[in-house]
Order: sequence, then structure tokens, then C-alpha cells
Amino acid sequence: MTPAENLPAWAALLTAVLVLLGAALTLVGAIGTLRFGSFFERVHAPTLGTSWGTGAILLASVVCFSALGSRPIVHEIMIGVFITITTPVTLMLLARAALYRDRVEDDANVPPRTMLRRRSVNAAAPESGDEPPRG
Amino acid sequence: MSRALPYPLLTAALLLMWLLLTSFSTGQLLVGAAVAIGASHAMAALQPSKPRLRRWQLLPKLLGIVVLDILQSNIDVARIIIGGDRRDRVAGFVAIPLDLRDKTGLALLSCIVTSTPGTAWVEYAPDTGVLLIHVLDLVEGADWVSLIKNRYEALLMEIFE
Amino acid sequence: MTAAILLWSVIAAQAMLVAAMACYAYRVIRGPRAQDRVLCLDAMYVCAMLLILTIGIRTGSAIYFEAALIISVLGFVSSIALAKFLMRGEVIE
Repeated sequence: MTPAENLPAWAALLTAVLVLLGAALTLVGAIGTLRFGSFFERVHAPTLGTSWGTGAILLASVVCFSALGSRPIVHEIMIGVFITITTPVTLMLLARAALYRDRVEDDANVPPRTMLRRRSVNAAAPESGDEPPRG
Repeated sequence: MSRALPYPLLTAALLLMWLLLTSFSTGQLLVGAAVAIGASHAMAALQPSKPRLRRWQLLPKLLGIVVLDILQSNIDVARIIIGGDRRDRVAGFVAIPLDLRDKTGLALLSCIVTSTPGTAWVEYAPDTGVLLIHVLDLVEGADWVSLIKNRYEALLMEIFE
Repeated sequence: MTAAILLWSVIAAQAMLVAAMACYAYRVIRGPRAQDRVLCLDAMYVCAMLLILTIGIRTGSAIYFEAALIISVLGFVSSIALAKFLMRGEVIE
């Protein structure tokens, strides 16, 4: 059933750690979609799974099959490139669709189009700090 | 570029993809090259606007910054989700005036912003150049405008403009 | 020893991915609005793709890679179509 008998110990352990890390990140992202209250907050949650969640499991697959075949097998990179390009496109379209639908319904939580004028920019942005945290 | 190879980068990428999906042998190299050259001529027949790369040497630097930033914000967002919501966590929209006008650069910036957990590209007005992003955690004192402008936009403008 | 560790961590990872799909499925069914459903459907595609990759690691067979690639392609196309429909389909312009 499992090919692990043929794997060297370091490859098996590295694969195990990477697989667990990727799956855990994906699960955390999924829990995030349950916990966040609004659509625009929920948009952030699946990117956990599609960025490093996918990346870790793809790396695990690369390590596992490279060690099995005793030559570098990197075709998993294709999936990684594809997911990193396509997921932002989907999320952007969805965010624009959500914005459009909310504006049609006059939702007060959604910024009006006037926010896109140059002069209102300073009012919308928080004031400066030293090292801004990301995320 | 030339008449024989209208899109050298696209041709190279297609050939690499063909070799990754099949195997690295001389026969596959020839078939893949034929497919890639044919496809790049088909692309030229569609007459898309041609993106210009001014300083492609900076692309690996951008890639490194983005990968590390995404890792960092993965940790931050995971902490928000697992650790439960703080009372003072405020999510909201931020408007950012952009100076970048190159279409390819904007597309790249949108992919970077959206694939980073915690920030999402929402709307862009081409006439004023103002970008609207949604931020999951508007930490007190964090300056999102200068973060996006200095960290990504400056580098993208160097590459594309 | 390491074989058992790998086997059990892959099984645990598969359990976590299935749990993630269950969370997304809840949002697809109960999601307050259509955009929530489409968002979580797209994330479910990614989860299914990852699940198939872990099956590939578990069996050591490279066949599963092609299935994962096709799922990621099809998931993108269907999510884009649904998102476009949300933007243009329901509201008369």
C-alpha cells in the first residue's frame, strides 16, 4: 500500500512534516471561513490553503517522488504555478461581483465609488507607523 | 521580436511545460519545440498588446520578497483564526493612490495583493489610479498605503516602466 | 518506523483535508449569499486537488498527478464562470 519502505528516513520524515503542515494550514483557512462574519473577511481565509498549504503539500510530493525515483521530479511545480496564478483571479472577480451586488442593494458597509477619487484618499487611510505588520 | 519567434518568453515557457509534463528526451524536446513555436505564432495572430520588461533582473528579488511576505502573513492570519478574534480587530477598506500605470505591472500587483492572506484587491479605477483593497486586520498605526507603495509598487515600476 | 510515521501523517493530513472540505461544504450549503457559496466551492476544488495529491504520496503512484492538474484547471474555469455570472447574470444592467 505505502511506498514508504523504499524511502530513506530523511525523505520520509520531511514528507510527513510538509504534508501535515500543508493540511493544517488548509484546515485553518477552512475554519476561518466559518468564523469570519462578512464576505470580505471570508475572502482572506482560503488563501491560506492556496498559498502555503498547497505549496507545502506540493513540496512534500516533490520530495517523496524524487526520493522514490532517485532523480529530481519537479512536475508538481506546474500545479503550483497554476494555482498561484488562478486563485487571485477568481478571488478578484468574486470580490468585484460582491461589491457590485452590495452596491446595487445600497449596503452601508461597502465603500461608495467616491472613495476612488484622489482627494478622499487621506481620510480613508490610517496614519503612518514604523514597521507595518503584514497579514 | 523577430518574425521567426514572436514571443520568445512564451515559447520558452511552453517548451519547459511540455518537457515537465512528458520527459526530458531529445524526441520530446523536438515535439515540444514544434508545439511551442506553433502556439507562439497563434498568439501573434491574436495581436495582443505587447508587455515590456525593462529590468527583468529584478524579478527574482520580487519573487523572494513576495514568498517571504506570504509566509509571514500566513502565520499572522492563522494566528487570528486560531487565537480567536481580538475585540479591537477591525477589518476595512483602504484606498491607495497608485502611480503604476503599466497593465502587466498592475496585473502582477493584483496577484501579489490577493494571494497574500490578509489583503485582497477589490477595485481599481483606471482614470484616477486609485486602488481599493480590503484588509483583514487594520492594526493601529500600520500604514498600508506606504507598505504597498514602497514594498511592491516601487519595485514593479522599476521593472516595467 | 519512518514508514509508519509517514503513513500515519499522510492519513492525518487526509483527515484534516476532509475536515476542511466539510467546513467549506457547510458554507456552500448555508452560505448567506451567493458569493460565499462560489468562494467556498472554489476552495473545495483546491482541497480536492490536495487530497488527490496526498493519495498519490500514499500509494507512490504518479498517475494521481494528472488528475490533480486537471481538477485545478477545471476548478478555475468553473469558478470564473460562476463569478462572471454573479456579476452579470442576476442584475439587469
